[in-house]
Amino acid sequence: MARALASATAEGTLGRAVLVSAVRLVVGYAIALATGVPLGLVLARVPAIKRALGPLLLGLSSVPSICWLPLAIVWFGLSEAAIQVVIVLGAALPVTLATESAVRHLPPTIERAARTMGAAGPTLLFRVLLAAALPGILTGAKMGWTFALRSLMAGELLFVSGGLGQLLETGRDLADTALVLGVVVVIVALSRASERVLFGPVERVVARRWGTAAS
Amino acid sequence: MFATTKKWIGATAVAEPELASAPAARSVARPPTRAPAGASAALEGVTLAYDGGAAVLEDVSLDVAPGEALCLVGPSGGGKSTILNLLAGLVKPTRGRVLFDGAPVTGPGPERAVVFQDAALFPWLTLEKNVAFPLEVAGVAPAERAERVDELLRLVHLSRFRGAFPHELSGGMRQRGAIARALATRPRMILFDEPFAALDGQMRELLQGEVERIVRASRTTMVFVTHAIDEAVRLGDRVVLIGTRPGRVIGEVHVDLPRPRRAAFGGARADAGGASLEDVQAVRIAQRIASEIRVEVDKVAREEADGAWGSSSGPDGGDPRRHLGRGI
Repeated sequence: MARALASATAEGTLGRAVLVSAVRLVVGYAIALATGVPLGLVLARVPAIKRALGPLLLGLSSVPSICWLPLAIVWFGLSEAAIQVVIVLGAALPVTLATESAVRHLPPTIERAARTMGAAGPTLLFRVLLAAALPGILTGAKMGWTFALRSLMAGELLFVSGGLGQLLETGRDLADTALVLGVVVVIVALSRASERVLFGPVERVVARRWGTAAS
Repeated sequence: MFATTKKWIGATAVAEPELASAPAARSVARPPTRAPAGASAALEGVTLAYDGGAAVLEDVSLDVAPGEALCLVGPSGGGKSTILNLLAGLVKPTRGRVLFDGAPVTGPGPERAVVFQDAALFPWLTLEKNVAFPLEVAGVAPAERAERVDELLRLVHLSRFRGAFPHELSGGMRQRGAIARALATRPRMILFDEPFAALDGQMRELLQGEVERIVRASRTTMVFVTHAIDEAVRLGDRVVLIGTRPGRVIGEVHVDLPRPRRAAFGGARADAGGASLEDVQAVRIAQRIASEIRVEVDKVAREEADGAWGSSSGPDGGDPRRHLGRGI
């Protein structure tokens, strides 16, 4: 296995694959966060939208995001955009639902106190509610990251596009078990490392402020 | 709205820059023109019912004079806090009017500050930033803001803890922080919603003294909700008794005791040679209030015990309100 990884590294295929996958992941995840958090906030604050979209989103969240790949391929062809659609759909839903839940379950005195101090509109929304919901949003964001990674791997396995998924496919085609297992190890390592880099600092801030134990 | 607030705070800052020296200020003659004193407030025939449910408040009328310290006492669940929320503008009456300074209350605003039972400091901000928050919202300039925060933290003796997050503070410190935050915009009325209910007895007495000192020094109007009669007698110029289910005014007692007042049972100290006349008066007033609300307290206990409370409660079932009549 180590030998398989070493030779893949030496050929440069592993490095390229990691880079391609990482870029896709980061772009898709950024889009997912940018849509999921505001959507969750809106859902938590506007009952009409919550009634209209809530059940739909809950239902959709049970659909594995890779199920969207055929539709994405029909719309966007075998392109980068198709894979992005899968990543965004996979990651945005947990982020949305976690944000919605975090904002909705805030202690009511937080908002009341803010309003008696004159906070309203964007100040109330962003400086109070979103700030207060940070621990819950963080949980959703971490879940979203894992979902994004899973969606990405599934997407890459299903169509030839560079990236770690394709390297896995290559391993399968060559019946190279060592390479397949090696790539899995790389995925685990990347996921752990990226979580630490991305969420570690935010988690420490939350732990310090809210007095919760750092994980 | 922000623009008005800003202007108003600016004006106040000029007129009354000396809040920090409150303890000393009592003996110092203040200039005669000192705006803005506490504002008046009133409930006029207010009824409140949530979506077709039973009335929480029924035909409540209440006047608060400018600068007055009014305490609302009554059994829990009796709508005392609802009256506070109405005054704060967080809840709108189903019928009747809520007035502040003669004008109808349309929503919450920084001229009516609230101190909540759980302090409600923002957990993601340090104490200092919590106290600064209302000033920031009001658009106060950073330099002035910092100065005001210093002043407020000194006033509540928390300067040392300015950088602490709320979870690092004790319950009493959190409440003092909440009081500092409430005072930040120099409100013309402060509403206290059972702020010391979760504190131990000694801390409560200490903070009652602080509230008496601070609120009197700032001369704002105060409405203080509590279920502790001794607390009401210590802090209130007037105590209004609130009955329950539906919430309504069942009586009022004036407390004509000199200030600063002593803690409820502090009178029996050996060095003072036993209870003073004032202590005796305070106890009498407290007893009078207790007997006036006993019927209401019994009613709540009976309802919560599902009719199993006491032996003379009559036949089971039926509306206890009908058996007891309304009020006293």
